[in-house]
Amino acid sequence: MITMTGMFPASRLFAAKLIIAICGLIWTVSGAAIAGPQRLVLTGSSTVAPLINEIARRFEMQFSGVRIDVQTGGSSRGINDVRKRIADIGMVSRPLKPDENDLHAYTVALDGISLLVHADNPVNALNKSQIAGIFTGDIVRWRDVGGKDARITVVNKAEGRSTLELFLDYLQLKNSAIKPHIIIGDNAQGIKTVTGNRNAIGYVSIGAAEYEVQRGASLRLLALDGVEATVENVRNGTFPLSRPLNLVTASDPQGVIKQFIGFAQSPQVQDLIKAQHFVPVDAD
Amino acid sequence: MQTDRILTGILRAGALLAVLVMLLIFCFLLIESWPVLTGLSIAGFMADASWHPLEGAYNLMPMVSGTLLASIGAITLGAPLGLASALFIVFFAPLHLASLYRRLIELLAGIPSVVFGFWGLTTLVPLISEWQPPGASLLAAVLVLTLMILPMITITACAALAAVPDELFRNASALGLSRWGTIAGVVLPAARVGITAGIILAAARALGETMAVLMVAGNVVQHPESLFDPVRTLAANIALEMAYAMGDHRSVLFVSGLLLMLLVMVLSAMAGLLEKRQQV
Repeated sequence: MITMTGMFPASRLFAAKLIIAICGLIWTVSGAAIAGPQRLVLTGSSTVAPLINEIARRFEMQFSGVRIDVQTGGSSRGINDVRKRIADIGMVSRPLKPDENDLHAYTVALDGISLLVHADNPVNALNKSQIAGIFTGDIVRWRDVGGKDARITVVNKAEGRSTLELFLDYLQLKNSAIKPHIIIGDNAQGIKTVTGNRNAIGYVSIGAAEYEVQRGASLRLLALDGVEATVENVRNGTFPLSRPLNLVTASDPQGVIKQFIGFAQSPQVQDLIKAQHFVPVDAD
Repeated sequence: MQTDRILTGILRAGALLAVLVMLLIFCFLLIESWPVLTGLSIAGFMADASWHPLEGAYNLMPMVSGTLLASIGAITLGAPLGLASALFIVFFAPLHLASLYRRLIELLAGIPSVVFGFWGLTTLVPLISEWQPPGASLLAAVLVLTLMILPMITITACAALAAVPDELFRNASALGLSRWGTIAGVVLPAARVGITAGIILAAARALGETMAVLMVAGNVVQHPESLFDPVRTLAANIALEMAYAMGDHRSVLFVSGLLLMLLVMVLSAMAGLLEKRQQV
């Protein structure tokens, strides 16, 4: 509540308190009515949250005594909340840093993104500096990276998307340094844009791109630093543009927390993971 | 008398509800955008270097210009086309053709905007990109919007033309005016208010159209220098970023919603003013 009062001007403080009091009352009453269900709070990365939400819904159906509350706020909030014991589990869309060794991380899925071009584009692979050159506008024609003599159409993602964040992190760039010609929202729009433009280059989740290529879309996934862009290479950790999606706890997980993490890593939720274009960790 | 009173009550309640919903939406937008309206400087929305909310730059002006240009373009193309279609239906087409044509136009009005967007993305944009890359551009947005507002303009213009009193026609024939003379000199002036109202309604729709524009406009935040440059509209901005926005970024998106609403308000005020001038 301390943080809340900072946000509200004094005149609205009373209203805010009233609302909180009412919510509290409702919560207490409903809690008493169902004989106190166990509550599990997860906070953290907005990349992981939609997946965990789906998994939580399935978990709640199987274990009716548990209520799961999923909140976003970024990976660092996940770490903080777990350390302060505000959340039971944190969602973190990167490997733990050395100074976070006090925490326990459990990888639920992997996220990889792949650069893609139109199938008619003769370019097969690009290295990191070529990609940075293309996306920052230093390289404007495909001829300069071994392709045809045509202007490159750079397709970037809208601000706030996790694929954008991972991509920028890989290139060590800020989004304001990118000079895009088209900005897209979701993976499907990116795929449609590149299939419709012979000179476009974009990037989407590997799972989504590979699925479209298998269905015969005129796309090519580019190899990166000599590694083919496949779900398999994301899984075995050789593809450079990938990251683990972790659940993090402060101490050795017990009881429901342990149950939930186990459930999120089990084969029972692999269809949910694939539906979000992530890569399940299990090899089978 | 009893039923009259009940009816009046029901109508009053309905009207009040409609206005209340609109007021509530306005209040909601205001409350959601309040943190940045008071916390950040308003000048920043006009003077920041660019739109990079995660880096603290919130210039909304390129999106205002994108929204206005796309709508103005669509009206410039759609108004003459729509008016021509309406004139064709009411005065020139043989009866069976007129009703068939009218059905087709009504069908066009019923196509969901996402279908227009999908068609634009897979057909129109590649076509333009063969000619002037990258294809996703102000031009594509204008063309898709034109198709979407065309039926609206046609149908309202049809209604306005059909409402012109018969005696005006009879007088015009008695004076020996040609068909075109009757239309240009008598019918169009008489139907002007209705036609203008239709065009303004269509403009409001063009300003707020989201999905179709989002798919074809390219969404790069910049003041376009030509028809072939990509633009981002205010509505598309909200749709693109809302799901992933937090904190100030989210509030600024509500500010763009507020701005969009103001644009539509200015438009309807203009419509009111036009109507008043017509009556004088």
